[in-house]
Amino acid sequence: MKKTALNSIHIEAGAKMVPFAGYEMPLQYSGLTDEHLNVRENLGVFDVSHMGEFFLKGEKALDLVQKVTSNDASKLIDGKIQYSCLPNGKGGIVDDLLVYRINAEEYMLVVNASNIEKDWNWIKSHNTFGVEMTNKSDEISLLAVQGPKAVEVLQKLTSVNLSEISYYSFVYGDFAGIENILISATGYTGAGGFEIYFENKHAETIWNAVMEAGKDFGIKPAGLAARDTLRLEMGFCLYGNDIDDTTSPLEAGLGWITKLSKDFIDSDYLKAQKESGLTKKLVGFELIDKGIPRHDYEIENEEGKTIGKVTSGTMSPSLKSAIGLGYVEKPYFAVDSEIFIVVRNKKLKAKVVKIPFLKS
Amino acid sequence: MEFPENLKYTKDHEWVRVEGDIAFVGITDYAQGELGDIVYVEVETEGESLDKEEVFGTIEAVKTVSDLFMPISGEVIEINTSLEDSPESINAAPYENWIIKVKISDSSELEDLLTSESYADLVA
Repeated sequence: MKKTALNSIHIEAGAKMVPFAGYEMPLQYSGLTDEHLNVRENLGVFDVSHMGEFFLKGEKALDLVQKVTSNDASKLIDGKIQYSCLPNGKGGIVDDLLVYRINAEEYMLVVNASNIEKDWNWIKSHNTFGVEMTNKSDEISLLAVQGPKAVEVLQKLTSVNLSEISYYSFVYGDFAGIENILISATGYTGAGGFEIYFENKHAETIWNAVMEAGKDFGIKPAGLAARDTLRLEMGFCLYGNDIDDTTSPLEAGLGWITKLSKDFIDSDYLKAQKESGLTKKLVGFELIDKGIPRHDYEIENEEGKTIGKVTSGTMSPSLKSAIGLGYVEKPYFAVDSEIFIVVRNKKLKAKVVKIPFLKS
Repeated sequence: MEFPENLKYTKDHEWVRVEGDIAFVGITDYAQGELGDIVYVEVETEGESLDKEEVFGTIEAVKTVSDLFMPISGEVIEINTSLEDSPESINAAPYENWIIKVKISDSSELEDLLTSESYADLVA
């Protein structure tokens, strides 16, 4: 089991540690609901150092990125970030990821911890461009500092004007007295904030500086459990739950990062899928009857025919309602469609709603 | 973690408080901690006679769902309706918030339940 550089800090903070993607990670500290609401109202700090970071460098770095990802990375300028996915050549998804343009000849790809090896091998197998690839996943730590008080708190630690970093942009700057730290206006919570990338050796310094800067602002560490409920309220996909090697990006509602105007792995297949029309789609739904949807629960129509499956579900801590994501057949993916979630042999009424569940 | 001595326990992490031929049943401090924030308690067996170890309901936390098992055989005579609106009170005070009342059908089964001490050993 791998450990992040902050392992002992989590244990000292009273975290409940669990195995996740080969790492021992904090599931929760003070409690899921408390951590969740604190991110929405104040500020939470997540150690997400398990995420993977690949660097692609060379004259043809963009060509490789363009080939393996679905979004159009040629639209990126230096300091900009794109959400994207790696199509798998069979209509499914190898992984979803962030693409950072450091400069015209260097990109950073941030991938899911559980897929580091798979993604690395996949991208490498398509590297016919002579691009220099480096996997720095084990050397880089990552803190997500998320919540409405992020700018105010973190501004104390850097000379970079944080309010000028627009969403999905990044800069290298000083942070907590250390030079050349990557500060990225991204996150997986919908609460605003930053993700800070740095070498493992700075982990304790940066963690302590962030906690100290936020102590009068209600800052609290937050675990993977809150990360999951926060992302679900925003309708963000989780690889392994909502998207995987068998789901197409179009079916997953990721058409906005699938740019069919460029050539990439699966672009022909996806064009054809788009033209012929989708037969199933990932939708958000809210339970009308009392109960909680969970991953893998069946979805039925009123007549009892199976029309899909739940991929993620929870009781939303912010909305206090039971919400979920799931794939349903046509025509049930239209908003306001009545669907039924099978919970312990009972059919609970639900309706398809627009995502994000939590409106800002 | 507390395991009051006046209660009996099961390996499924329920506690039992006996008053005459009635047993109050809830979940232990250990169980609520493992489940995390409890958001829903579903019991639809009121009025039913169930055997020991049969499922009488379900408890849902934000992240997980878990069955609730009868610690002893008997009839489920009442459910704690206050949990409908505030299931989280089980997290705050697990021993003050019983889930069901059971009319005990065979009091000899009480002898099979764990003492506070042996339950504490089980979850240590």
